[in-house]
Amino acid sequence: MALSCVVIGASHAAAELVSTLRREGWDGEITVFGEEFYLPYHRPPLSKTFLLQNQTPEDILIRNSDLYDRLSVNFRLGRQVSKIDRAKKQIILGDGVKVGYDKLAICTGSRVRKLDVNGGEVRGIHYLRTVDDVKSIQASIKTRGKAIIIGGGYIGLEMAASLKKIGMEVTLLELSSRLLERVAASELAEFFARVHGEEGIEIKCNKSVSSFESTDGRVKAVACSDGSVYDADFVVVGVGILPNIELAEDAGLRIHNGIVVDQYSRTSDPDIVAAGDCTNHPNELLDCRLRLESVPNAVEQAKSAAASICGKKRAYASIPWFWSDQYDLKLQMVGINRGYDEIVLRGDYKSNRSFVLFYLRQGQLIAADCVNRPKEFMVVKQILSKRLRVDISLLSDESISPREFIVG
Amino acid sequence: MPTIKYILRDGSEHEVNVETGSSVMQGALDHMIEGIEAECGGFCSCATCHCYVDEPWLEKLSEPSDAEKEMLEFTFDPMPNSRLSCQITVTDELDGLIVRLPEEQS
Repeated sequence: MALSCVVIGASHAAAELVSTLRREGWDGEITVFGEEFYLPYHRPPLSKTFLLQNQTPEDILIRNSDLYDRLSVNFRLGRQVSKIDRAKKQIILGDGVKVGYDKLAICTGSRVRKLDVNGGEVRGIHYLRTVDDVKSIQASIKTRGKAIIIGGGYIGLEMAASLKKIGMEVTLLELSSRLLERVAASELAEFFARVHGEEGIEIKCNKSVSSFESTDGRVKAVACSDGSVYDADFVVVGVGILPNIELAEDAGLRIHNGIVVDQYSRTSDPDIVAAGDCTNHPNELLDCRLRLESVPNAVEQAKSAAASICGKKRAYASIPWFWSDQYDLKLQMVGINRGYDEIVLRGDYKSNRSFVLFYLRQGQLIAADCVNRPKEFMVVKQILSKRLRVDISLLSDESISPREFIVG
Repeated sequence: MPTIKYILRDGSEHEVNVETGSSVMQGALDHMIEGIEAECGGFCSCATCHCYVDEPWLEKLSEPSDAEKEMLEFTFDPMPNSRLSCQITVTDELDGLIVRLPEEQS
């Protein structure tokens, strides 16, 4: 009898995993269970082109449905998985139906963190993670209305740019003393605060939202703990995401800030792999463990996971990188800046819209944030991936091509 | 549906139908054509969908953006006919387009 592989989550990781499985020679059944009603789609456009240009879910599919048909990948959409029974090698769906597996892949991704404050259960308060989230946002926004964005991370900033484009009056409230606190240096935060200010966004830091005020079941204002109140026709909350680890945790798999996997995306159960946002994985190039919220990570891990299912070894060894598009800015970040002790600036972030922040640790280049600097991004990605030697003294010299950063 | 021919680094040729409005990158992914990584999924952010466009077709394509040009410059073995395949939208006019894939994606 043919073996069967069950995938939980119709995510980006899942799309990559199922196609790689066939490439690697898996000839058993493949069934993907997804809670949403859509085939795996790209999430990055949700806050941008999908919101602004009336795209359909079909426009942003990661692979078209014909390919899944040709690969005999069976999608069971709109289905919730409630339990993994490792002893019986089966999953149990929300309606009690049991489905057996020989190999299981957990690609459950992450979900938005909800803001736990009074009055949050009214209309007009939105989160952004799914196609359906955007559909409800589209039904709720109106040109020239007042939008309040809660959270000064990348989602909040991308939404600010998009809502401004629609013509809304946008105010962004951030809990900490600056934007991007969790993810970037203060220089980058200062830059984004300036640009968003220039584009007409009002940014208020040190604002702890304490409650929502509403009339007729619809939000009308956001109140903060310092007594300030902001009128709102529409609210978007972007205060981070949480990995979907509960199924794995309940099944007794090892968990530590994500589902613990090795470099081959294998969990503590030999028949179960996991890939994407929900995992905590080792990065050999960086010599540390990471949980990453990123598309390239999901793609690379899924490839390792698919190989493992087929009994092959394809170690995950990628330098993390991220991107964000806002207004005329293309931000490309590469490496992990954790523990940096020095920043080298190339260009001018105080008055221009094109510069690089290089992060160094003990004299070694470990990461870079590149704003409208694709060349530097490409070079640093190559340097970190191939562990090339760098002449640090040249990084800030604009008369020199980024190519020349590399020694030897 | 326009036909696109992908020539892989090993010389093998793959002719497939790609929907108009889709991209040359997406066409490769939807047909399991190896050699296009597309790490970012098609947003001109990673340059891992580099391809060489057969010369006669170049003038039928819209001009690359500055970001695309700059990234192309730093791909593995860039050529004058290099493009990022995610930035080539498939149209009826491109029926018969031929692209070659590089030795390596950066």
